[in-house]
Amino acid sequence: MSDTLLSLRGLTKVYPAVIANSDISFDIGAGEIHALLGENGAGKSTLVKTIYGLHRPDAGTMTLNGQPYAPSEPRAARAAGVAMVFQHFSLFDALDVAENIALGMENPPPMRQLAQRIRDVSNAYGLPLDPARILGDLSAGERQRVEIIRCLLQDPRLLIMDEPTSVLTPQEVEILFQTLRKLRDEGTSILYISHKLEEIRALCERATILRLGKVVGACDPREASARELAELMVGTALKPPTRAAGAGAAQGEVALEIRNLSAASPRAFGTALSEVNLVLHKGEVLGIGGVAGNGQDELLLALSGEMRTAPGSVLLAGEDVAQLPPNERRARGLLAAPEERLGHAAVPDMTLIENAFLTGAVREGLERHGFVDWRRTRGFAEKVIATFDVRTPGPDRIARSLSGGNLQKFVIGREILQDPVVLVVNQPTWGVDAAAAAAIRQALLDLAAKGAAVIVVSQDLDELMEIADRFAALNAGRLSGSVPVEGLTIGRIGLMLGGAHDMEVARAEAG
Amino acid sequence: MAMIRLERRADPSNFWRYGAPLVAVLATIIAGGIMFALLGKNPVEAIRTIFWTPFTGRNAAYYLSQLPIKAAPLVLIATGLALGFRAGIWNIGAEGQYVIGALSGAAVALALYPMEGRWLFIICIAASLAGGMLWAMIPAVLKVRLGVSEILVSLMLVYVAENILASLAVGAMKNPEGYGFPGSRNLSQYPAVANLDIWSGTGIHWGVIAALLSVLAGQILLSRHILGFQIQVAGLAPRAARFAGVAPGRLVMVCMAASGALAGAAGWFELAGPSGIVSVDFNVGYGFTAIIVAFLGRLHPVGILLAGVLLAVTYVGGDVARSSLGLPAGSIQSFQGMLLFFLLALDVLTAYRIRIGRKARA
Repeated sequence: MSDTLLSLRGLTKVYPAVIANSDISFDIGAGEIHALLGENGAGKSTLVKTIYGLHRPDAGTMTLNGQPYAPSEPRAARAAGVAMVFQHFSLFDALDVAENIALGMENPPPMRQLAQRIRDVSNAYGLPLDPARILGDLSAGERQRVEIIRCLLQDPRLLIMDEPTSVLTPQEVEILFQTLRKLRDEGTSILYISHKLEEIRALCERATILRLGKVVGACDPREASARELAELMVGTALKPPTRAAGAGAAQGEVALEIRNLSAASPRAFGTALSEVNLVLHKGEVLGIGGVAGNGQDELLLALSGEMRTAPGSVLLAGEDVAQLPPNERRARGLLAAPEERLGHAAVPDMTLIENAFLTGAVREGLERHGFVDWRRTRGFAEKVIATFDVRTPGPDRIARSLSGGNLQKFVIGREILQDPVVLVVNQPTWGVDAAAAAAIRQALLDLAAKGAAVIVVSQDLDELMEIADRFAALNAGRLSGSVPVEGLTIGRIGLMLGGAHDMEVARAEAG
Repeated sequence: MAMIRLERRADPSNFWRYGAPLVAVLATIIAGGIMFALLGKNPVEAIRTIFWTPFTGRNAAYYLSQLPIKAAPLVLIATGLALGFRAGIWNIGAEGQYVIGALSGAAVALALYPMEGRWLFIICIAASLAGGMLWAMIPAVLKVRLGVSEILVSLMLVYVAENILASLAVGAMKNPEGYGFPGSRNLSQYPAVANLDIWSGTGIHWGVIAALLSVLAGQILLSRHILGFQIQVAGLAPRAARFAGVAPGRLVMVCMAASGALAGAAGWFELAGPSGIVSVDFNVGYGFTAIIVAFLGRLHPVGILLAGVLLAVTYVGGDVARSSLGLPAGSIQSFQGMLLFFLLALDVLTAYRIRIGRKARA
């Protein structure tokens, strides 16, 4: 085992309502890739933010290279050789790559010199990047490269990566892993945060597992089985979702059809949809994979009715709904649950009762002559809470006070209980703990088994493989043809997601 | 090193949501006292004169009757403004809509003078509602069609309205029997349209009734009606509002129209009663003070009613203090402004708590 680079002793961080980290101690060796494994809400982010100087611990100490280490701010952490690539990038769409990198540096060199260094470093690590390109035009994978290069220019001794693969295609993941291995071989330590077990088994030589703010185990992930790791992480045995016999097999009537749907994005630097076609049958779950930012949000807006599209481009059970507003579509049974829970799918500062009315008004009959029937709305909210095991003291709590997983169960449950003809969900389990994610997936499968058509848009390919009957890839606003999930390999999916060949591959598969 | 930090609360504090206005009043009294002291007045005396003398002094009956007269336009305007403010639509130009509403009512009244019939009063109210509404439609349409800031347009239109008022007061609406003095006929002496006290000497005129009705209607709208729900969603989470099927443009039009109409009616009730005459200095800033009233009342109709009465007290008491202590008029307006300032500052405490502590241990 290598020498210790960073050692943590008894780190504790308490928030008003929750203990985020409790007495955390472990060591990261020099030149090792160390996995920090845990569910959402296990305290991983709090811990790495402490290491990066964004939080100060309430108790405990850190030692870096034998010296006491207590960064008061990220600048101090960077000066000590600690760099971090965040899950959510802090980049400016309107600036170019070199400008974005210069913004994150203490003393940026002259632009021309910086551009040359960016080229050198990016080529040295197999992450080619043109310093003159505008950020808004880059894919999520390329944006991540910008963040990584920004870190590498500081020659870090410890590189922290927070869920780096959540935005990458399988091929991009492989490139990233090669880069990380090369860095390790040069002596850089990497703290790699993830909840994806296979990745960690492929990349890391040591793992520390957190649950509910505490260290619950440490192991060599190459020797432990994925199942062991998962059960350590979750604390209970996991039950994979089950599918009712025969579901998805029979081809029902056509529930939803999208014909030549092209539409500009309502947002700056959004992705325009380009000639999207799809046919969805009753009882079918269609998984739409793809890296975020490839038109997922736009597709959801076009289906929910927040964005109107050309007449005839969206047909619900044969009826043209492309020009109808959201509530008219709801009345006809086309329901949607957007990705962003707080601020889009739900109003953060409104109670669950009010949030139940938000989308339930039409189909649940919560509206009487223009007035809100609060008694019935409360009943509906309570039904969602009870049916979907939403953990909350009561329906009078505001949405913001719920954990991500519980609010997501509420949002998805609110749509499912309205008995949709077609349900479209975007990233249904993003940032949700494993138990809640399993419950949500099961609920979607049960809904399809009852005859509804379901579209699941997700970046999590494992999730799509688990619940979808058919798979299609969304890439730069274009949707590939859909292929049956059975027999589909990750490699082939990667090709569908990745680039120019996807259409051909998809067509060949579909044909 | 000691330092002060703001830490987000897990749940908004109910104590501060309702306590902040009270603490803001207290802070205003202290800061206002300091201001009065710096002006060379006895601060205790000044504060007592503003808040106490009107109700205990020799002329208490008169001053008490002034309270509903001052509070009614504030409450009527603020209730309308609160609808828009809740939805994130910022009508800052109620003062202009107030003036145009008053002029619209006056135009009808003066055109039909000396026709008899109490129904004329109703026509004039309708004209003032329409006038204020149309004036508010200018920023609303510009906002919806061209994305122009409603804040700037509505504010600028105040000055346009004031110039229209000035030109009419000395021009088209000038009293033909007024011996050449500027100003219109005294409408409060034209029985068909006069807005007089319903019970003589109480100060309760039809505008007061309208203000109370608007509070009631606003309360029902916000707590039970679907439009009120949409207004709140739009203000709290615009994307969620669109998801829920709220058409943002329509909401801008509705909220601007409602606040403009109520401000216009307030103008007419004032003109036909307490003021009487279309004159160059007819408007005294109710449209701006109503913004303070709306926020002080937590954008909540019942709260606005209470806040309107409080601000009316500062108007009445301020007048007393001006005449008996010689306080400058500007100092009373500063006093009212401080109220908004402290309230907005204290509002931070609803969502955040203050932590005073030493820098964390290493």
